[in-house]
Amino acid sequence: MARMKFLCDAERCIECNACVTACKNEHEVPWGINRRRVVTIDDGIPGEKSISVACMHCTDAPCQAVCPVDCFYTTADGVVLHDKDICIGCGYCFYACPFGAPQYPQEGAFGARGKMDKCTFCAGGPEEDNSVAEVEKYGRNRLAEGKLPLCAEMCSTKALIAGDGDIVADLFRSRVVRRGGRPDNWGWATAYKD
Amino acid sequence: MSASAAMTNRKKTSLWAMLIIVLAILVLPLTGYLYVSVTDQPTAVEQTNPRADTWRQVREGNKGYTAVTGQETNVLIQGAGQNWRQLRNGPIATYGAWLLSGVLVILAAFYLLRGEVKLNHPRTGRTVERWTLNERRLHWTTATLFILLAITGLSLLYGRYALIPLLGYPGFSAYATAAKWIHNVLGPVFMVALFIILIKWFKQNLFTKVDIQWFKDFGGMIGDKHPSAGKFNGGEKLWFWTLASAGVALCFSGLILDFPNFGQERFVIIVAHLIHILTAMLLMAFSLGHIYIGTIGTEGALEGMTTGHVDVAWAEQHHDLWLKELEQQEQNPKH
Repeated sequence: MARMKFLCDAERCIECNACVTACKNEHEVPWGINRRRVVTIDDGIPGEKSISVACMHCTDAPCQAVCPVDCFYTTADGVVLHDKDICIGCGYCFYACPFGAPQYPQEGAFGARGKMDKCTFCAGGPEEDNSVAEVEKYGRNRLAEGKLPLCAEMCSTKALIAGDGDIVADLFRSRVVRRGGRPDNWGWATAYKD
Repeated sequence: MSASAAMTNRKKTSLWAMLIIVLAILVLPLTGYLYVSVTDQPTAVEQTNPRADTWRQVREGNKGYTAVTGQETNVLIQGAGQNWRQLRNGPIATYGAWLLSGVLVILAAFYLLRGEVKLNHPRTGRTVERWTLNERRLHWTTATLFILLAITGLSLLYGRYALIPLLGYPGFSAYATAAKWIHNVLGPVFMVALFIILIKWFKQNLFTKVDIQWFKDFGGMIGDKHPSAGKFNGGEKLWFWTLASAGVALCFSGLILDFPNFGQERFVIIVAHLIHILTAMLLMAFSLGHIYIGTIGTEGALEGMTTGHVDVAWAEQHHDLWLKELEQQEQNPKH
Protein backbone atom coordinates (compact mmCIF):
# COMPACT_ATOMS: atom_id res chain seq x y z
CA MET A 1 0.00 0.00 0.00
CA ALA A 2 1.09 3.52 -0.69
CA ARG A 3 1.92 5.76 2.23
CA MET A 4 0.33 9.08 1.37
CA LYS A 5 2.31 12.23 2.07
CA PHE A 6 2.13 15.94 1.39
CA LEU A 7 5.16 17.98 0.41
CA CYS A 8 5.32 21.68 -0.26
CA ASP A 9 8.33 22.87 -2.24
CA ALA A 10 9.20 26.22 -0.69
CA GLU A 11 11.30 27.13 -3.75
CA ARG A 12 8.19 26.91 -5.89
CA CYS A 13 5.28 28.09 -3.75
CA ILE A 14 4.21 31.54 -4.90
CA GLU A 15 1.59 32.14 -2.20
CA CYS A 16 -1.30 32.22 -4.66
CA ASN A 17 -3.63 30.51 -2.16
CA ALA A 18 -5.25 28.51 -4.94
CA CYS A 19 -4.85 25.34 -2.85
CA VAL A 20 -6.80 27.00 -0.02
CA THR A 21 -9.56 28.04 -2.38
CA ALA A 22 -9.69 24.72 -4.19
CA CYS A 23 -10.01 22.87 -0.89
CA LYS A 24 -12.78 25.11 0.35
CA ASN A 25 -14.68 24.73 -2.88
CA GLU A 26 -14.21 21.02 -3.34
CA HIS A 27 -15.34 20.12 0.17
CA GLU A 28 -17.72 23.01 0.76
CA VAL A 29 -15.97 23.68 4.03
CA PRO A 30 -18.07 25.86 6.35
CA TRP A 31 -17.41 29.56 6.77
CA GLY A 32 -14.53 30.31 9.11
CA ILE A 33 -12.86 26.95 8.64
CA ASN A 34 -9.81 26.48 6.46
CA ARG A 35 -8.39 23.03 6.08
CA ARG A 36 -5.36 24.43 4.30
CA ARG A 37 -3.48 27.70 4.57
CA VAL A 38 -0.41 29.32 3.09
CA VAL A 39 2.09 30.88 5.49
CA THR A 40 4.82 33.22 4.31
CA ILE A 41 7.96 33.61 6.38
CA ASP A 42 9.85 36.93 6.13
CA ASP A 43 7.03 38.34 4.05
CA GLY A 44 8.23 41.20 1.88
CA ILE A 45 11.90 40.63 2.70
CA PRO A 46 14.24 39.20 0.04
CA GLY A 47 14.40 35.44 0.52
CA GLU A 48 10.82 35.14 1.76
CA LYS A 49 9.47 31.61 1.74
CA SER A 50 5.91 30.39 1.47
CA ILE A 51 4.57 27.04 2.56
CA SER A 52 1.13 25.59 2.08
CA VAL A 53 0.20 23.62 5.17
CA ALA A 54 -2.67 21.39 6.21
CA CYS A 55 -2.93 18.17 8.16
CA MET A 56 0.25 16.26 7.34
CA HIS A 57 -1.25 12.86 8.22
CA CYS A 58 1.53 12.07 10.68
CA THR A 59 2.84 8.58 11.28
CA ASP A 60 2.54 8.82 15.06
CA ALA A 61 -0.20 11.42 15.06
CA PRO A 62 -0.33 13.58 18.22
CA CYS A 63 -4.05 14.29 17.67
CA GLN A 64 -4.76 10.60 17.73
CA ALA A 65 -2.71 10.14 20.90
CA VAL A 66 -4.46 12.83 22.96
CA CYS A 67 -8.06 12.38 21.76
CA PRO A 68 -10.14 11.57 24.87
CA VAL A 69 -12.75 9.69 22.83
CA ASP A 70 -10.30 7.99 20.46
CA CYS A 71 -12.08 9.19 17.30
CA PHE A 72 -9.05 9.12 14.97
CA TYR A 73 -7.94 6.27 12.77
CA THR A 74 -5.22 5.81 10.18
CA THR A 75 -6.22 4.27 6.87
CA ALA A 76 -4.19 1.66 5.00
CA ASP A 77 -2.87 4.56 2.90
CA GLY A 78 -1.45 6.27 5.98
CA VAL A 79 -4.14 8.95 5.95
CA VAL A 80 -5.24 10.17 9.39
CA LEU A 81 -9.04 10.49 9.50
CA HIS A 82 -11.55 11.03 12.26
CA ASP A 83 -15.13 10.17 13.07
CA LYS A 84 -17.26 13.27 13.57
CA ASP A 85 -20.00 11.21 15.20
CA ILE A 86 -17.58 10.38 18.01
CA CYS A 87 -15.74 13.74 18.24
CA ILE A 88 -16.83 15.88 21.21
CA GLY A 89 -15.07 19.11 20.20
CA CYS A 90 -12.78 19.30 23.22
CA GLY A 91 -9.94 20.99 21.34
CA TYR A 92 -7.17 18.64 22.51
CA CYS A 93 -6.12 17.69 18.98
CA PHE A 94 -5.63 21.37 18.20
CA TYR A 95 -3.41 21.78 21.27
CA ALA A 96 -1.30 18.77 20.32
CA CYS A 97 -1.03 19.24 16.55
CA PRO A 98 2.29 20.78 15.43
CA PHE A 99 0.72 22.05 12.19
CA GLY A 100 -2.41 23.72 13.55
CA ALA A 101 -4.57 21.47 11.36
CA PRO A 102 -7.69 20.84 13.49
CA GLN A 103 -10.39 23.49 13.11
CA TYR A 104 -13.68 23.91 14.94
CA PRO A 105 -16.93 25.54 13.99
CA GLN A 106 -18.10 27.74 16.83
CA GLU A 107 -21.06 26.19 18.54
CA GLY A 108 -22.74 28.10 21.32
CA ALA A 109 -21.54 30.87 23.55
CA PHE A 110 -17.98 31.67 24.67
CA GLY A 111 -16.37 30.02 21.66
CA ALA A 112 -17.59 26.54 22.58
CA ARG A 113 -16.20 24.22 19.94
CA GLY A 114 -18.27 22.09 17.64
CA LYS A 115 -17.03 18.91 16.00
CA MET A 116 -13.52 19.14 14.67
CA ASP A 117 -12.86 19.51 10.96
CA LYS A 118 -9.56 19.00 9.21
CA CYS A 119 -7.95 17.99 5.94
CA THR A 120 -8.88 14.42 4.99
CA PHE A 121 -6.32 14.06 2.18
CA CYS A 122 -9.51 14.09 0.10
CA ALA A 123 -10.31 10.70 1.61
CA GLY A 124 -13.61 11.43 3.39
CA GLY A 125 -14.47 9.69 6.63
CA PRO A 126 -15.77 6.43 8.03
CA GLU A 127 -19.06 6.55 6.08
CA GLU A 128 -19.59 4.80 2.78
CA ASP A 129 -17.41 6.33 0.04
CA ASN A 130 -19.00 9.46 -1.39
CA SER A 131 -22.31 8.83 0.32
CA VAL A 132 -24.39 11.91 1.11
CA ALA A 133 -23.46 11.61 4.80
CA GLU A 134 -19.76 11.42 4.04
CA VAL A 135 -19.80 14.38 1.67
CA GLU A 136 -21.77 16.47 4.14
CA LYS A 137 -19.46 15.76 7.07
CA TYR A 138 -16.05 15.40 5.47
CA GLY A 139 -16.31 16.64 1.88
CA ARG A 140 -15.59 14.66 -1.25
CA ASN A 141 -13.69 11.39 -1.26
CA ARG A 142 -11.37 11.75 -4.24
CA LEU A 143 -9.05 8.98 -3.12
CA ALA A 144 -11.91 6.49 -3.47
CA GLU A 145 -12.26 7.66 -7.08
CA GLY A 146 -8.58 7.10 -7.74
CA LYS A 147 -7.76 10.81 -7.65
CA LEU A 148 -5.25 12.64 -5.49
CA PRO A 149 -5.97 15.67 -3.26
CA LEU A 150 -7.26 18.60 -5.27
CA CYS A 151 -5.01 21.19 -3.66
CA ALA A 152 -1.93 19.45 -5.05
CA GLU A 153 -3.53 18.37 -8.30
CA MET A 154 -4.28 21.91 -9.31
CA CYS A 155 -1.22 23.70 -7.87
CA SER A 156 -0.03 25.92 -10.71
CA THR A 157 3.68 25.72 -9.90
CA LYS A 158 3.47 22.12 -8.70
CA ALA A 159 4.92 23.29 -5.40
CA LEU A 160 2.45 21.22 -3.44
CA ILE A 161 2.78 17.54 -4.16
CA ALA A 162 0.60 14.83 -2.68
CA GLY A 163 0.61 11.10 -3.14
CA ASP A 164 2.64 7.99 -2.44
CA GLY A 165 5.48 9.13 -0.19
CA ASP A 166 8.13 7.27 -2.22
CA ILE A 167 7.08 8.85 -5.50
CA VAL A 168 6.79 12.28 -3.86
CA ALA A 169 10.30 11.90 -2.44
CA ASP A 170 11.74 10.76 -5.79
CA LEU A 171 10.11 13.66 -7.59
CA PHE A 172 11.41 16.14 -5.06
CA ARG A 173 14.86 14.60 -5.06
CA SER A 174 15.14 14.94 -8.83
CA ARG A 175 14.14 18.60 -8.53
CA VAL A 176 16.79 19.25 -5.90
CA VAL A 177 19.46 17.45 -7.93
CA ARG A 178 18.61 19.51 -11.00
CA ARG A 179 18.52 22.89 -9.34
CA GLY A 180 21.18 22.28 -6.68
CA GLY A 181 21.04 23.35 -3.07
CA ARG A 182 19.67 21.52 -0.14
CA PRO A 183 16.29 19.86 0.05
CA ASP A 184 13.67 21.59 2.14
CA ASN A 185 11.16 18.83 2.62
CA TRP A 186 9.52 20.95 5.21
CA GLY A 187 7.63 19.19 8.01
CA TRP A 188 8.73 15.68 7.11
CA ALA A 189 11.00 15.26 10.11
CA THR A 190 8.08 16.16 12.36
CA ALA A 191 5.35 14.28 10.56
CA TYR A 192 6.81 11.08 9.16
CA LYS A 193 8.81 8.39 10.88
CA ASP A 194 8.94 6.00 7.91
CA MET B 1 91.30 6.56 20.60
CA SER B 2 90.01 9.39 18.52
CA ALA B 3 87.70 6.98 16.77
CA SER B 4 86.15 5.90 20.05
CA ALA B 5 85.92 9.55 21.17
CA ALA B 6 84.06 10.30 17.95
CA MET B 7 81.83 7.33 18.71
CA THR B 8 80.85 8.61 22.17
CA ASN B 9 80.31 12.05 20.67
CA ARG B 10 77.96 10.61 18.09
CA LYS B 11 76.16 8.62 20.79
CA LYS B 12 75.77 11.78 22.82
CA THR B 13 74.43 13.66 19.84
CA SER B 14 71.94 10.96 18.95
CA LEU B 15 70.83 10.74 22.59
CA TRP B 16 70.20 14.47 22.65
CA ALA B 17 68.46 14.31 19.32
CA MET B 18 66.27 11.53 20.67
CA LEU B 19 65.42 13.53 23.79
CA ILE B 20 64.58 16.60 21.75
CA ILE B 21 62.36 14.59 19.43
CA VAL B 22 60.51 13.00 22.38
CA LEU B 23 60.11 16.41 23.98
CA ALA B 24 58.84 17.83 20.72
CA ILE B 25 56.36 15.00 20.39
CA LEU B 26 55.07 15.78 23.85
CA VAL B 27 55.06 19.54 23.63
CA LEU B 28 54.22 20.38 20.04
CA PRO B 29 50.62 19.13 20.17
CA LEU B 30 50.08 21.35 23.18
CA THR B 31 50.80 24.45 21.13
CA GLY B 32 47.22 24.15 19.98
CA TYR B 33 46.25 25.50 23.37
CA LEU B 34 48.68 28.36 22.96
CA TYR B 35 47.24 29.10 19.54
CA VAL B 36 43.71 29.07 20.91
CA SER B 37 44.57 31.25 23.90
CA VAL B 38 46.32 33.78 21.69
CA THR B 39 43.64 33.84 19.02
CA ASP B 40 40.75 33.44 21.42
CA GLN B 41 39.16 36.74 20.59
CA PRO B 42 35.66 37.37 19.35
CA THR B 43 35.83 36.34 15.76
CA ALA B 44 33.91 38.04 13.02
CA VAL B 45 30.13 37.47 12.83
CA GLU B 46 29.55 33.87 11.85
CA GLN B 47 28.13 33.35 8.45
CA THR B 48 25.07 31.14 8.66
CA ASN B 49 23.08 29.54 5.96
CA PRO B 50 20.20 31.96 5.31
CA ARG B 51 17.90 29.14 4.30
CA ALA B 52 18.69 27.24 7.49
CA ASP B 53 17.93 30.46 9.38
CA THR B 54 14.49 30.61 7.79
CA TRP B 55 13.64 27.09 8.88
CA ARG B 56 15.11 27.66 12.33
CA GLN B 57 12.75 30.62 12.70
CA VAL B 58 9.88 28.39 11.68
CA ARG B 59 10.88 25.69 14.13
CA GLU B 60 10.95 28.26 16.93
CA GLY B 61 7.33 29.04 16.17
CA ASN B 62 7.98 32.49 14.71
CA LYS B 63 5.01 34.02 13.06
CA GLY B 64 4.74 34.59 9.37
CA TYR B 65 1.99 36.07 7.27
CA THR B 66 -1.10 34.31 6.09
CA ALA B 67 -4.23 35.46 4.31
CA VAL B 68 -6.25 32.86 6.19
CA THR B 69 -7.91 34.21 9.30
CA GLY B 70 -8.24 32.12 12.43
CA GLN B 71 -6.34 31.25 15.55
CA GLU B 72 -2.56 31.27 15.08
CA THR B 73 -2.92 30.49 11.40
CA ASN B 74 0.32 32.40 10.75
CA VAL B 75 2.34 29.89 12.79
CA LEU B 76 3.67 27.06 10.66
CA ILE B 77 4.76 24.73 13.41
CA GLN B 78 4.05 24.62 17.11
CA GLY B 79 6.31 22.52 19.28
CA ALA B 80 4.67 22.76 22.70
CA GLY B 81 1.88 20.38 21.74
CA GLN B 82 4.21 17.42 21.45
CA ASN B 83 5.63 18.10 24.91
CA TRP B 84 2.12 18.44 26.25
CA ARG B 85 1.14 15.14 24.70
CA GLN B 86 4.17 13.38 26.20
CA LEU B 87 3.51 14.82 29.66
CA ARG B 88 -0.24 14.26 29.67
CA ASN B 89 -0.26 10.76 28.22
CA GLY B 90 2.91 9.73 30.01
CA PRO B 91 3.86 10.74 33.55
CA ILE B 92 0.70 12.69 34.42
CA ALA B 93 -1.74 9.94 33.46
CA THR B 94 0.48 7.24 34.96
CA TYR B 95 1.47 8.86 38.23
CA GLY B 96 -1.96 10.45 38.60
CA ALA B 97 -3.55 7.03 38.56
CA TRP B 98 -0.94 5.77 41.02
CA LEU B 99 -1.50 8.76 43.30
CA LEU B 100 -5.28 8.39 43.48
CA SER B 101 -5.29 4.62 43.83
CA GLY B 102 -2.38 4.85 46.28
CA VAL B 103 -4.32 7.23 48.52
CA LEU B 104 -7.34 4.91 48.39
CA VAL B 105 -5.21 1.91 49.35
CA ILE B 106 -3.54 3.81 52.18
CA LEU B 107 -6.92 4.96 53.51
CA ALA B 108 -8.32 1.42 53.31
CA ALA B 109 -5.25 0.05 55.09
CA PHE B 110 -5.49 2.79 57.71
CA TYR B 111 -9.15 1.99 58.31
CA LEU B 112 -8.38 -1.70 58.72
CA LEU B 113 -5.46 -1.08 61.09
CA ARG B 114 -6.64 1.90 63.10
CA GLY B 115 -10.36 1.74 62.56
CA GLU B 116 -12.71 4.57 63.27
CA VAL B 117 -11.49 7.18 65.74
CA LYS B 118 -14.09 6.62 68.47
CA LEU B 119 -15.43 9.07 70.99
CA ASN B 120 -13.45 8.62 74.21
CA HIS B 121 -16.31 9.69 76.42
CA PRO B 122 -19.91 8.66 75.98
CA ARG B 123 -22.18 11.14 74.27
CA THR B 124 -23.51 13.75 76.65
CA GLY B 125 -26.72 14.33 74.75
CA ARG B 126 -26.00 18.02 74.79
CA THR B 127 -25.09 19.45 71.40
CA VAL B 128 -23.56 22.65 70.13
CA GLU B 129 -24.03 24.23 66.74
CA ARG B 130 -20.96 23.68 64.54
CA TRP B 131 -22.12 24.74 61.09
CA THR B 132 -25.03 27.05 60.34
CA LEU B 133 -27.53 26.12 57.65
CA ASN B 134 -25.89 28.50 55.17
CA GLU B 135 -22.47 27.09 55.91
CA ARG B 136 -23.74 23.58 55.29
CA ARG B 137 -25.41 24.63 52.06
CA LEU B 138 -22.16 26.22 50.96
CA HIS B 139 -20.14 23.14 51.88
CA TRP B 140 -22.43 20.65 50.16
CA THR B 141 -22.83 22.79 47.05
CA THR B 142 -19.07 23.03 46.70
CA ALA B 143 -18.61 19.35 47.52
CA THR B 144 -21.21 18.22 44.98
CA LEU B 145 -19.71 20.43 42.29
CA PHE B 146 -16.22 19.19 43.15
CA ILE B 147 -17.24 15.56 42.81
CA LEU B 148 -19.08 16.17 39.53
CA LEU B 149 -16.09 18.07 38.14
CA ALA B 150 -13.68 15.38 39.35
CA ILE B 151 -15.66 12.57 37.73
CA THR B 152 -16.17 14.39 34.43
CA GLY B 153 -12.54 15.55 34.39
CA LEU B 154 -11.19 12.09 35.10
CA SER B 155 -13.44 10.74 32.36
CA LEU B 156 -11.67 12.93 29.82
CA LEU B 157 -8.26 11.71 30.98
CA TYR B 158 -8.91 8.01 31.61
CA GLY B 159 -12.26 7.37 29.87
CA ARG B 160 -10.54 6.31 26.68
CA TYR B 161 -8.92 3.43 28.54
CA ALA B 162 -11.52 2.72 31.22
CA LEU B 163 -14.92 3.59 29.75
CA ILE B 164 -14.71 2.91 26.00
CA PRO B 165 -14.41 -0.86 26.63
CA LEU B 166 -17.55 -0.58 28.78
CA LEU B 167 -19.71 1.87 26.85
CA GLY B 168 -18.41 1.45 23.33
CA TYR B 169 -17.32 4.36 21.12
CA PRO B 170 -20.74 5.97 20.48
CA GLY B 171 -21.81 5.42 24.09
CA PHE B 172 -18.70 6.97 25.55
CA SER B 173 -18.85 9.80 23.02
CA ALA B 174 -22.40 10.66 24.15
CA TYR B 175 -21.31 10.53 27.78
CA ALA B 176 -18.16 12.56 27.10
CA THR B 177 -20.18 15.23 25.28
CA ALA B 178 -22.33 15.59 28.39
CA ALA B 179 -19.27 15.41 30.64
CA LYS B 180 -17.54 18.19 28.70
CA TRP B 181 -20.64 20.35 28.90
CA ILE B 182 -21.10 19.72 32.63
CA HIS B 183 -17.42 20.38 33.30
CA ASN B 184 -17.39 23.61 31.29
CA VAL B 185 -20.61 24.98 32.79
CA LEU B 186 -20.19 23.91 36.41
CA GLY B 187 -16.52 24.90 36.58
CA PRO B 188 -17.17 28.62 36.97
CA VAL B 189 -20.00 27.90 39.45
CA PHE B 190 -17.59 25.85 41.55
CA MET B 191 -15.16 28.75 41.39
CA VAL B 192 -17.75 31.12 42.87
CA ALA B 193 -18.61 28.65 45.65
CA LEU B 194 -14.95 28.06 46.42
CA PHE B 195 -14.22 31.77 46.60
CA ILE B 196 -17.10 32.33 49.02
CA ILE B 197 -15.65 29.58 51.22
CA LEU B 198 -12.17 31.04 51.06
CA ILE B 199 -13.39 34.49 52.05
CA LYS B 200 -15.84 33.29 54.70
CA TRP B 201 -13.47 30.97 56.54
CA PHE B 202 -10.25 32.86 55.89
CA LYS B 203 -9.68 34.32 59.38
CA GLN B 204 -10.42 31.13 61.28
CA ASN B 205 -7.97 29.20 59.11
CA LEU B 206 -4.84 31.25 59.85
CA PHE B 207 -2.27 28.89 61.35
CA THR B 208 -1.48 29.29 65.07
CA LYS B 209 0.98 27.67 67.47
CA VAL B 210 -1.65 25.16 68.51
CA ASP B 211 -1.55 23.66 65.03
CA ILE B 212 2.14 22.76 65.30
CA GLN B 213 1.37 20.45 68.21
CA TRP B 214 -1.64 19.14 66.30
CA PHE B 215 0.57 18.02 63.42
CA LYS B 216 3.18 16.60 65.83
CA ASP B 217 0.48 14.38 67.33
CA PHE B 218 -0.80 13.44 63.85
CA GLY B 219 -4.10 15.07 64.71
CA GLY B 220 -4.87 12.33 67.18
CA MET B 221 -5.29 9.89 64.34
CA ILE B 222 -2.27 7.87 65.37
CA GLY B 223 -1.79 7.22 69.05
CA ASP B 224 -4.10 8.20 71.91
CA LYS B 225 -3.29 11.88 72.13
CA HIS B 226 -5.93 14.54 71.69
CA PRO B 227 -4.17 17.61 70.38
CA SER B 228 -5.94 20.90 70.93
CA ALA B 229 -7.72 22.64 68.11
CA GLY B 230 -9.96 25.63 67.58
CA LYS B 231 -12.95 25.57 65.27
CA PHE B 232 -10.65 24.36 62.50
CA ASN B 233 -7.92 21.87 63.36
CA GLY B 234 -4.51 21.77 61.68
CA GLY B 235 -5.64 19.29 59.04
CA GLU B 236 -8.69 21.34 58.12
CA LYS B 237 -6.50 24.42 57.85
CA LEU B 238 -4.08 22.57 55.60
CA TRP B 239 -7.02 21.57 53.37
CA PHE B 240 -8.18 25.20 53.40
CA TRP B 241 -4.79 26.50 52.30
CA THR B 242 -4.43 23.78 49.67
CA LEU B 243 -7.74 24.98 48.27
CA ALA B 244 -6.62 28.59 48.59
CA SER B 245 -3.48 27.89 46.55
CA ALA B 246 -3.91 24.85 44.30
CA GLY B 247 -7.67 25.36 44.18
CA VAL B 248 -7.35 28.95 43.01
CA ALA B 249 -4.74 27.92 40.41
CA LEU B 250 -7.14 25.19 39.33
CA CYS B 251 -9.95 27.71 38.88
CA PHE B 252 -7.96 30.27 36.92
CA SER B 253 -6.32 27.70 34.65
CA GLY B 254 -9.81 26.30 34.13
CA LEU B 255 -11.10 29.68 33.01
CA ILE B 256 -8.31 29.89 30.41
CA LEU B 257 -9.41 26.52 29.04
CA ASP B 258 -13.12 27.24 29.30
CA PHE B 259 -13.19 30.40 27.20
CA PRO B 260 -11.44 29.85 23.89
CA ASN B 261 -13.35 32.82 22.48
CA PHE B 262 -10.60 35.14 23.74
CA GLY B 263 -8.16 33.51 21.31
CA GLN B 264 -5.46 32.65 23.84
CA GLU B 265 -2.54 30.95 22.16
CA ARG B 266 -1.94 27.23 22.27
CA PHE B 267 1.13 27.63 24.45
CA VAL B 268 -0.93 29.45 27.10
CA ILE B 269 -3.67 26.83 26.85
CA ILE B 270 -1.17 24.00 27.20
CA VAL B 271 0.47 25.51 30.27
CA ALA B 272 -2.97 26.15 31.75
CA HIS B 273 -3.97 22.57 31.04
CA LEU B 274 -0.89 21.19 32.78
CA ILE B 275 -1.52 23.41 35.83
CA HIS B 276 -5.19 22.39 35.77
CA ILE B 277 -4.51 18.66 35.67
CA LEU B 278 -1.73 18.72 38.27
CA THR B 279 -3.64 20.82 40.80
CA ALA B 280 -6.76 18.73 40.16
CA MET B 281 -4.83 15.55 40.95
CA LEU B 282 -3.51 17.09 44.16
CA LEU B 283 -6.96 18.26 45.24
CA MET B 284 -8.62 14.95 44.40
CA ALA B 285 -6.02 13.06 46.40
CA PHE B 286 -6.46 15.46 49.32
CA SER B 287 -10.25 15.35 49.07
CA LEU B 288 -10.20 11.58 49.48
CA GLY B 289 -8.48 12.06 52.82
CA HIS B 290 -10.93 14.82 53.75
CA ILE B 291 -13.91 12.63 52.88
CA TYR B 292 -12.48 9.68 54.80
CA ILE B 293 -11.86 11.67 57.99
CA GLY B 294 -15.22 13.38 57.75
CA THR B 295 -17.21 10.16 57.31
CA ILE B 296 -16.07 6.69 58.36
CA GLY B 297 -12.76 7.86 59.83
CA THR B 298 -14.13 9.76 62.81
CA GLU B 299 -17.13 8.94 64.94
CA GLY B 300 -19.55 11.84 65.12
CA ALA B 301 -17.81 14.07 62.57
CA LEU B 302 -20.32 13.81 59.75
CA GLU B 303 -23.30 14.90 61.83
CA GLY B 304 -21.69 18.33 62.20
CA MET B 305 -22.02 18.88 58.47
CA THR B 306 -25.41 17.16 58.09
CA THR B 307 -27.43 18.28 61.13
CA GLY B 308 -25.23 21.22 61.93
CA HIS B 309 -24.85 20.14 65.53
CA VAL B 310 -22.21 18.04 67.26
CA ASP B 311 -22.20 16.38 70.63
CA VAL B 312 -20.32 18.24 73.35
CA ALA B 313 -18.21 15.10 73.94
CA TRP B 314 -17.11 15.19 70.30
CA ALA B 315 -16.37 18.90 70.47
CA GLU B 316 -14.36 18.42 73.67
CA GLN B 317 -12.29 15.65 72.08
CA HIS B 318 -11.64 17.20 68.67
CA HIS B 319 -12.08 20.94 68.98
CA ASP B 320 -11.56 21.74 72.68
CA LEU B 321 -10.48 25.35 72.21
CA TRP B 322 -13.51 26.07 70.04
CA LEU B 323 -15.81 24.58 72.71
CA LYS B 324 -14.17 26.76 75.38
CA GLU B 325 -14.71 29.77 73.18
CA LEU B 326 -18.38 28.88 72.82
CA GLU B 327 -18.75 28.46 76.56
CA GLN B 328 -17.13 31.83 77.21
CA GLN B 329 -19.45 33.46 74.72
CA GLU B 330 -22.38 31.89 76.50
CA GLN B 331 -21.23 33.35 79.82
CA ASN B 332 -20.86 36.88 78.55
CA PRO B 333 -23.04 37.13 75.48
CA LYS B 334 -21.83 40.50 74.27
CA HIS B 335 -22.14 39.80 70.58
